[in-house]
Amino acid sequence: MTKALEIKSLRKVYRGGLEALKGLDLTVNEGDFYALLGPNGAGKSTTIGIISSLVNKTEGEVKVFGYDLDTQLADVKRQIGLVPQEFNFNQFETVEQIVVNQAGYYGVPRKLAKERAQKYLTQLGLWDKRNDRARTLSGGMKRRLMIARALLHEPKLLILDEPTAGVDIELRRSMWDYLTLINSQGITIILTTHYLEEAETLCRNIGIIDKGRIIENTSMKLLLSKLNVETFVFDLEPYSNSPTMTGFTMRELDNHTLEVDVPKERGLNNVFEQLTAQNMKVLSMRNKANRLEELFVDLVEQGRNQKESV
Amino acid sequence: MSMAMNLTALRTIWIKECTRFLRIWVQTLVPPAITMTLYFVIFGNLIGSRIGEMGGVSYMEFIVPGLIMMSVITNAYSNVASSFFSAKFQRNIEEMLVAPVSTMTIILGYVGGGVARSLIVAVVVTVVSSFFVPLNIQHFWLIVVTVILTATLFALAGLVNAVFAKTFDDISIIPTFVLTPLTYLGGVFYSISLLPQFWQTVSQANPVIYMVNAFRYGFIGVSDINAYVALGVLVLFNLVFFALAWSLLHRGVGIRS
Ligand SMILES: Nc1ncnc2c1ncn2[C@@H]1O[C@H](COP(=O)(O)OP(=O)(O)OP(=O)(O)O)[C@@H](O)[C@H]1O
Ligand SMILES: [Mg+2]
Repeated sequence: MTKALEIKSLRKVYRGGLEALKGLDLTVNEGDFYALLGPNGAGKSTTIGIISSLVNKTEGEVKVFGYDLDTQLADVKRQIGLVPQEFNFNQFETVEQIVVNQAGYYGVPRKLAKERAQKYLTQLGLWDKRNDRARTLSGGMKRRLMIARALLHEPKLLILDEPTAGVDIELRRSMWDYLTLINSQGITIILTTHYLEEAETLCRNIGIIDKGRIIENTSMKLLLSKLNVETFVFDLEPYSNSPTMTGFTMRELDNHTLEVDVPKERGLNNVFEQLTAQNMKVLSMRNKANRLEELFVDLVEQGRNQKESV
Repeated sequence: MSMAMNLTALRTIWIKECTRFLRIWVQTLVPPAITMTLYFVIFGNLIGSRIGEMGGVSYMEFIVPGLIMMSVITNAYSNVASSFFSAKFQRNIEEMLVAPVSTMTIILGYVGGGVARSLIVAVVVTVVSSFFVPLNIQHFWLIVVTVILTATLFALAGLVNAVFAKTFDDISIIPTFVLTPLTYLGGVFYSISLLPQFWQTVSQANPVIYMVNAFRYGFIGVSDINAYVALGVLVLFNLVFFALAWSLLHRGVGIRS
């Protein structure tokens, strides 16, 4: 399988001596939708900065679709579209100028750039805003502008650094749909996020980075299967006598909501049996969403303990 | 990147630069016209009429080339210095850094923008001056070559300044403490032959002397310094500043961490 990204023993020491990356290894296959997770200051943006040549690396090897960052820089750059964490366009330029100019920097002729600008700005819901200055856009629009800008030279690898920070739920969902769509059309996507739900919804593979090292690199499925206990929330018809539950940990939230921790191997049947036996009517049930967050915190802590014991 | 792609990138940067100074023309094109009109009225008309001739022509005629040169210098410099610094400051310089634009293309694009602005200003100021003195042109091509070399040199210098600048103050310090004294002492308002021998020698270390004199020679055929020596000096300074700008940007000084 072709590798979209291959990073070996990447180190970065910033001026002033801070070692942001301490020998990071990372591989992302072509076509993947990859999440890079990690707490603040873990080194996500530094890694992305190095791949997109905004940050000079100290040591290590980076290859993008087989092109080496050190010897084939122009080829590397052409493969990548970057959506940075912070707004970095000229606030005084118009939406259309920004995307058309970006295409120009990649050598896309102006006429073609204008056609593509219309295509991508329309897809991202910004075509009506094309003559507005960037500074007059809302935060969510600015994010989408940066996505459009990153796509204009039609890269094979799209890297998004916290693309949905400060974006409302509705817009976030529509951005997810869009990213899923272009991923299905063949663009490899790497994104960083602090919303675990986002990683869970979108990504097939996941890397967790902490203090400049990858501490977990696995598929989303495998990661989730590591969770042997899941928490379910039951919405019941209001009751007057509290139910009892043997063999499961249970919390009553109010007189019609129950939270039950269910170990994977035991399954849900028994929970239902017990509820039915007590004449409880289950109206609905959902999976409590934060389980990935707990896992994430566990993993980061485990990683830290291991390192200390080494 | 292929030649055609590099040209597209270059054209993009250049047009963006021109759009920028044209968009804010009230800040970029009008002030030099006003300043120069004041110079003409005060130094040329009011005071100049009492000074009499200098270099064989009226004082007004004598200072016109230098005044045009002065506006070329400040506009080329400040255009590139402020545009490049604000691209660093707003971080939109990253748009170029992530793309396969060569260092050469970035330099040519920004310098081209500064040169375009200073040439427009030069034409405006020349037109203004023609209301005060008849326009006299002796060596047209010398004028063209000198003005382009001068504009390029100061655009490059502005770029180097912006590369090192960390705050907006840093791009006004050099113009105030270096550029202004050099131009005022650069023979804009006087012939250096009026100076004592010692100061004449010192003045020759000032690059502005060469530009102003070559330029003046183009207009009125009078110069303190051989025009071709002056052009040679200009070319040399251009090469030095180009090499400096290229090496700084290529290493990512001030733009890549
Ligand atoms: N330009 C810089 N100069 C010096 N240190 C830096 C620079 N940029 C980042 N760092 C440091 O490098 C470390 C990693 O930062 P980085 O921005 O890569 O983290 P991150 O994982 O993206 O965090 P976040 O989730 O907050 O965006 C931090 O300790 C940060 O302070
Ligand atoms: Mg970051």
